[in-house]
Amino acid sequence: MKKFKLSNVILAIAAPVAAAVVSIVISSVAVLASHKSPKDAYTTMWEFGTTSASLMQMLNTATPYYIAAIAIAITFRAGLFNIGVEGQLRLGAMFGAYLGAMFVLPPVIHVIAIMIISMTVGGLWAAIAGYLKVKRGVSEVISTIMLNSLAGGLSSYLLATYFVDRTTDSNNMSTKMLPASAQIPDLMPLLNKLGVENQPGGGVYGMLIFAIVLGGIFWFVINRTRFGFELRASGSNPIAARVSGVNSKRMTFVALAVSGAVAGLAGLPAVLGDTHQFNMGFRTGIGFSAIAVALLGRNNPVGMGISALLFGFLEVSSRSLELIDIAPETYVIMQGSILLSSVIAYEVVRRYKITLQSKELAKAVEA
Amino acid sequence: MKVKTLKTLRYATMLVFVLAVIRQITGASDLTSVGTASAALLLSVPIFLAGLGGLFSERAGVVNIGLEGMMIMGAWAGGMIGYKHGPWLGLVAAVIFGGLGALLHAIATITFGVDHVVSGVAINIIAAGLVRYLSTILYKSGSWLGPSQSPDAQSISTNGLPVLSGGKYFGWKSPDFLNYVAEKHWFFISDAAAILRGITGDLSYVTVVAVILIPLSLFILWKTSFGLRLRSAGEAPIAAESLGVNVYLMKYAGVLISGALAGLGGGFLALVAANHYQENQVAGRGYIGLAALLFGNYRPGGILLGAGLFGFADALQLRDSASVHALILLIVFVLSVLVVRDLRKKNFKKAALTMVFAALSLWYFLAVKELPGQLVTMTPYIATLLIMSLASQRLRMPAADGIPYRRGGLR
Repeated sequence: MKKFKLSNVILAIAAPVAAAVVSIVISSVAVLASHKSPKDAYTTMWEFGTTSASLMQMLNTATPYYIAAIAIAITFRAGLFNIGVEGQLRLGAMFGAYLGAMFVLPPVIHVIAIMIISMTVGGLWAAIAGYLKVKRGVSEVISTIMLNSLAGGLSSYLLATYFVDRTTDSNNMSTKMLPASAQIPDLMPLLNKLGVENQPGGGVYGMLIFAIVLGGIFWFVINRTRFGFELRASGSNPIAARVSGVNSKRMTFVALAVSGAVAGLAGLPAVLGDTHQFNMGFRTGIGFSAIAVALLGRNNPVGMGISALLFGFLEVSSRSLELIDIAPETYVIMQGSILLSSVIAYEVVRRYKITLQSKELAKAVEA
Repeated sequence: MKVKTLKTLRYATMLVFVLAVIRQITGASDLTSVGTASAALLLSVPIFLAGLGGLFSERAGVVNIGLEGMMIMGAWAGGMIGYKHGPWLGLVAAVIFGGLGALLHAIATITFGVDHVVSGVAINIIAAGLVRYLSTILYKSGSWLGPSQSPDAQSISTNGLPVLSGGKYFGWKSPDFLNYVAEKHWFFISDAAAILRGITGDLSYVTVVAVILIPLSLFILWKTSFGLRLRSAGEAPIAAESLGVNVYLMKYAGVLISGALAGLGGGFLALVAANHYQENQVAGRGYIGLAALLFGNYRPGGILLGAGLFGFADALQLRDSASVHALILLIVFVLSVLVVRDLRKKNFKKAALTMVFAALSLWYFLAVKELPGQLVTMTPYIATLLIMSLASQRLRMPAADGIPYRRGGLR
């Protein structure tokens, strides 16, 4: 067991705090550059962001980020980088919505069936990158990025030609409405019991609970199972892993496929909980923000949860900046600066820890 | 070197011949037209510049996924300065902004030892967000017409090779020999002439600069002591340090040059390939440039070849869908060649699999008259994936590429 030490705790908080300070400074400069007061900006954001309606939207924004971030973290732990989550979740959501509307099953089973469809599609799409990496030596970073662009084109093509519901006369192309058995109720009744009042603009996605459970599963599989051990081993030291009998090529393929399968789910909170169909207005950019969320959360289920909430909060609360005539896009600056300063801060702390340890070791040897 | 040049020339001739045959069969006349070749060149240059940028960075041992973001910064700065102060200053601004993005990458990866891919992806996210923020501010202040597009800039003038491809020199209007041949519609000869005319006529001066960069970077990297030191930082930084090379400095230089070139590529997109900055203008070309670098096996000539292929696919996609349709026949052809090769090697399982793909492609070619627009836009990305999967096994990347280096061998 690790000994509890105050210095360890301080070091653990040092990185996020330093990153937060740096990013606040950078964001303030950005706001100042547009001749506005940063203090006004932050107070407006805080006041707007902490209303119940905003907090609900924050949760809804964070849920897909969290699921997608877990998908990315799986590959990070295996020493890989799945940048293709954006495409995987898009295709997963579209096929789930389209195929899911073709049959009717009992309520919970229907949802599970759709999830399996989405996971299969996302997994297969990512498996292309896995195959190319293992068999043809193509870097997964490049292939997943190309697959993102392909998924974008493919989804708009399939939606426009085959998947579109021609029975409705809507300008917004969309798949057929999912039957009630495939709709996940939102958490409003539960929240009402907790004393939260209904807010205009909808409730909280039911898949929030699923996302939390998924975080737990992720932690357990990675840290407490043989599969998780082999995944981490092939990521941290491929040669040692191979010597100890781990087939690192197989792990590479499996890690990408599993990551894609989880990513396939990330589009579902909105599809099953809100729109009940896949349409042209499907949110873009989830997969890219999720990369930042995974990096910020250090692949840790709790850390990623906190950073998903933070990103959701910044995105929702920054809408209020329009009121005081500041570009709402400021949140992108905030997210970006938090991301970069935190990866740097974590690295600095890691290096400092190593120096500290070697010093302690030297002392112990001397004594 | 000479044998290699001859070999390349032979392959190029073969490729043009195959294209001519396909054009003849399908009637997709744009496949080998002057316009397509010239558009292919125009779209190859930014990819090439990004790839060349990647070369400098990765030869110094720093993986640069951030090329995309640096191109975005360059394109934005090019559009923003270009419409106010003219395109040349716009390009200078593009170089500076690309370099700024690179400076961020260098600080994170070299000084602080952050994982190279992580930092690069972070820079891409930041660059996209930053230019969106700045564009919105400019739009709100009234100087831009929309939040996603800069006002038009003046265009940079063009010229052609004397005698062969027209152009103007000191008031003398040169004849346009290649264009004359191209319009004769002789099989193969006119196709070759049209392609040559496309890549030698109506050249932007910036394109000429990009072409000069090939021998220049070959010279810098392989014939100067600076180049040797830079490459040693990417191959064996600890050994280099022990011989007195300032590895950090070399890495900084490599990454900064990389960003400057990628920024120039972005500026090229905004000011030469178009005449204003537009959101999503870069559209993954930084990544494709990286793919060209890998395809070209970390050599300038190879990058040029890769960029040419990707640029060609990109140009067809932009010009007309009939040619992309005809391109499927090219895939059938290439796959058939592979089948023959596998059969010769007695690798029957692989040959059968390839044959299935060839048959499927042929079926798709015959079954579909015209490709839908959404699929046509996918051409460059499919081309990148296909070419990468056929060509990336023989890679020889710099030995210490992507490994964070810390002076004194500490981790």
